[in-house]
Amino acid sequence: MKRHELIIIGAGPAGLSAAIEAKKAGMDVIVFDENQRPGGQLFKQIHKFFGSKEHHAKVRGFRIGQELLKEAEDLGVKVELNSTVMGIYENKEVTVKQFGVVDHYKGDAIIIATGAAENMIPFKGWNVPGVIGAGAAQTMMNIQGVQPGSKILMVGSGNVGLVVSLQLLQAGCEVAAIIDAAPRVGGYGVHAAKVARTGVPLYMSHTVIEAKGTDRVTGAVIAEVDDHFQPIPGTEKELDVDTICIAVGLSPMSQLASNATCEMALIPQKGGNVAICDEHGETSVKGIFCAGDVAGIEEASSAMIQGRSVADYVAKTLGYLTDDEFEEKYEFHQNALGQLRQGMFAPKNKGRNDWTVTDEGFPISKSLLRNGYMTVEELENFPAFNYKKEGIHPVIECTQNIPCNPCQDACKFGCIKVGANITLLPQIDVEKKCTGCGMCVASCSGQAIFLVDDDIGDGYASVAFPYEFLPVPNVGDKGTALNRKGEPVCPAEIIKVQKASVMDKTMVVTMKVKQAFVKDARFYKAD
Amino acid sequence: MRISQHPIIEGYNKGKEVTFSLDGKELTGYEGESIAAALKAAGVMVHRYTAKQHKPRGIFCAIGRCTDCVMIVNGEPNVRTCITPLEEGMVIQTQYGVEPKED
Repeated sequence: MKRHELIIIGAGPAGLSAAIEAKKAGMDVIVFDENQRPGGQLFKQIHKFFGSKEHHAKVRGFRIGQELLKEAEDLGVKVELNSTVMGIYENKEVTVKQFGVVDHYKGDAIIIATGAAENMIPFKGWNVPGVIGAGAAQTMMNIQGVQPGSKILMVGSGNVGLVVSLQLLQAGCEVAAIIDAAPRVGGYGVHAAKVARTGVPLYMSHTVIEAKGTDRVTGAVIAEVDDHFQPIPGTEKELDVDTICIAVGLSPMSQLASNATCEMALIPQKGGNVAICDEHGETSVKGIFCAGDVAGIEEASSAMIQGRSVADYVAKTLGYLTDDEFEEKYEFHQNALGQLRQGMFAPKNKGRNDWTVTDEGFPISKSLLRNGYMTVEELENFPAFNYKKEGIHPVIECTQNIPCNPCQDACKFGCIKVGANITLLPQIDVEKKCTGCGMCVASCSGQAIFLVDDDIGDGYASVAFPYEFLPVPNVGDKGTALNRKGEPVCPAEIIKVQKASVMDKTMVVTMKVKQAFVKDARFYKAD
Repeated sequence: MRISQHPIIEGYNKGKEVTFSLDGKELTGYEGESIAAALKAAGVMVHRYTAKQHKPRGIFCAIGRCTDCVMIVNGEPNVRTCITPLEEGMVIQTQYGVEPKED
């Protein structure tokens, strides 16, 4: 039997963060993870994260993973890989299987940070090769460098479904459609909008009823559903796809907590069966804690904070932090967590669909929720879109209260303001000068900021938009401007392409269009 | 299909090109990538057939949880190909139930 002061199960965002914090406090800590590599699912997240600076906002997930790993390595955190924790027994004893051998360990405290597993929905042919989880698609394309398919149907319009759809496009795959049985897009409107403007249709109130094919998927049958989520006969439609990607939510992998006899509860807001934890993540079994998705489905950003906060508490209980030291850290973490847990998509608001106005009182876009893109009429309700200014200026299409503020920090000239409450919508200070540097465009994780000049002469206007695809457009290229739905609106010519290391691969591409189309042109397709 | 160029990812962490066999047929892949990735790049969709109903199964979760992608690797059945790194000369067989196909 080997003893450690703290045993952490899972080397994902929560577990690694907890280990770093515990090690910093001077504790003897060991981390077990069943995978070959640490980092959990962070390394497949290639999109920029939300939040504010302290949450690593506008940094891509895999870079956050690299930073976390480096911090852990520098501190000498011991991570045992290929190590499956099989059970937690009385007196905080755990059994770990490593390369076919089972060892016993004992901890003064245990943090369970095992994360979540993907949910699945059964339908005819759901286990035919070619039906995969959205996480599998990410692993294949972002870690292994292999396309998961060539034409894909995405089932689920939550943030995972939307983000993975964009990543599929970036990997060179075609996304035939994103469907969701719910009548509204589940994820952030800005995530939906960046996929929609490339021309991917979003069908709400639709479900998949069959995967065609025997040895591999050769098509998908989708159908509209009624108010009770039942397919409406006669609405079936067959899509020509070779892959069906399932992104219908996550469930906490709380089996170990249950096995450790922690008191459990089925809490829909937390995504399923979880251990009942106090404000420090402690379960009903003293000395056993939960952190991250296993304690309730949230984002990696909050999992990292939770991991640190729980580890600090453990450090306090074992005498490594004084009450004052702990209080200071606790307040810091709670403040950071509190910021992320605000707004329409906060865990406490999960399942709520009665929003009609934003916190500012602007009417919520119905088209965004139904189709994944906004109409110009709806956008005109928002002052950061609907204002007049001569010369180049930012036009912001951020219309839901989500926790994010990098745009405010990006503008050195003070044009954009979010304020202390990071879920408020960005506001424009019309008096401040915009130089057209493009930093706000590149820093917006939602890709919802455009730079517009209504008059560049000869009846033309310019629109700069964020671009994360290949091939890279060149100045002088001629093509077609697309609207928010991905439909062609008018001819366009590329007049500027901005790339910079601080923009981290988000290019700012400027196209020239006839003035009449300046409010519609939001994307570009080469001829 | 392998992704040769990507707008965000600068490169994938892979070793040298290696050869391996699937049901006696020679294929190539990269050392250290998952067996499943190498097979997917080679266009292989079916990893195994279920024991009772003989239904085909392939990659499903790709993180070693679901066990749909298990195959016989170097004679050992039930190897999760999505989390097992590819090595030079690996002998991989489609799994029928828990056995290789009878000749």
